[in-house]
Amino acid sequence: MDMQSLSGGFTNPPQDSSRAFRAALETLARPGTIHDISGAKAPAPVSEAAATLILTLCDPETPIYLAGAHDTQDIRDWVAFHIGAPIVGPERAMFALGIWEALSPITAFPIGTPEYPDRSTTVIVEMEALRQDGMRLSGPGIKDSALLALPDLAPFQMNAGLFPLGLDFYFTAGTRLAGLPRTTRVSDLMEAN
Amino acid sequence: MSDYNFAYLDEQTKRMIRRAILKGIAIPGYQVPFASREMPMPYGWGTGGVQVTAACLTPEDTLKVIDQGADDTTNAVSIRKFFEKTAEIAVTEKTGDATVIQTRHRIPEEPLGEGQILVYQVPIPEPLRFLEPRETETRKMHALEEYGLMHVKLYEDIARHGHIATSYAYPVKVEGRYVMDPSPIPKFDNPKMDMAAIQLFGAGREQRIYAVPPYTKVVSLDFEDHPFDPSKADHPCDLCGAEHTYLDEVIIDDDGGRMFVCSDTDYCAGRQAKGHRGRLSPTEEAAQ
Repeated sequence: MDMQSLSGGFTNPPQDSSRAFRAALETLARPGTIHDISGAKAPAPVSEAAATLILTLCDPETPIYLAGAHDTQDIRDWVAFHIGAPIVGPERAMFALGIWEALSPITAFPIGTPEYPDRSTTVIVEMEALRQDGMRLSGPGIKDSALLALPDLAPFQMNAGLFPLGLDFYFTAGTRLAGLPRTTRVSDLMEAN
Repeated sequence: MSDYNFAYLDEQTKRMIRRAILKGIAIPGYQVPFASREMPMPYGWGTGGVQVTAACLTPEDTLKVIDQGADDTTNAVSIRKFFEKTAEIAVTEKTGDATVIQTRHRIPEEPLGEGQILVYQVPIPEPLRFLEPRETETRKMHALEEYGLMHVKLYEDIARHGHIATSYAYPVKVEGRYVMDPSPIPKFDNPKMDMAAIQLFGAGREQRIYAVPPYTKVVSLDFEDHPFDPSKADHPCDLCGAEHTYLDEVIIDDDGGRMFVCSDTDYCAGRQAKGHRGRLSPTEEAAQ
């Protein structure tokens, strides 16, 4: 185990995680908004935002799927030391982490059951950057409409069509965080005009 | 430094509650099961709300706690002191200054804005519970969106009383999908639930958390020929003269004398400070 795996946790876990959670809550409750989230550092290529998010929400009770380039021994060691979550395949994951291409197709993840729609994966998508343009969002948490650049269109429309089942998404880049719950309806800004 | 972990709960518990809150936000009106903890207060005193508040608080927050609209009742004072001691956060009685508001059975009169969180204490989260006691069945009814029983109940109210007699905990439909218990708030408050703030609901004994995100459609159930009516006492407030607020009726002597006062103490005090006067307000001279 590399020494890098032992560092990068919160300085003051209760306070740092409370601020991180509020960013996670605000972004998921108001799709299209972007908040800063920081405090934890995991080995590359995990962004500070994604590291902080999984350190805030995950523990030994939440199996994590590491997709593609995010599935390295360094990252597995970091998760084992700081979080203790089991590393699993997509079909058992409560949380998934990776870039969009590695996470696709998202149909592999559990979407919940009609009686327990909450038993679905929260997917954390690592992005190059977060921008408030591209796709038009509407639905709960959005006053009229909001804009957010998404890595794709059809999978998110399909996901919203599954409501009340479906996946919930976080997008991370650097220390920035955006959220997209299953309730958000997504349309292409170009097509809408 | 406080001797307690920040906001009382241990970190593992807070993570579990936080995950439940986020799933609740993602599925508005759906009751997410969570492993409710024993709190240093009895069930019925807001153990669910306290756990949700504890999971949400940051050191920068300003907390307001109300019980039936009042900041100075036993329940509100003890919960406020609890978080002053365990989280060392700022507290306030002013609705506009608060970032987190924990409430028992009221929504403040002053409209809430973005950046605020309203946490409700919920005794029975399942709106269908008094119609169907089995959890297995109510869970199936929510899954199948089978809410006919609730409409029959409201119809029976009309058949028996001539109007829908449910006056608090009046069922709502959230975003066209889940029927939800808004907690025992008066139905007067139901229209306010379409708001800019985040609304979180915690039921400690029943181990459920649910949520309504901002700007979410919350519709009180009704019939075309019996539309929803957010009624209130037909009086102005006797202290501040407000005609648009929810009122408490207070008996003031042994001869049946009574007065009506705003249930939201902060709102009423704010109006009086601005010079509004009601029927029983002390006169200027008497006050001096």
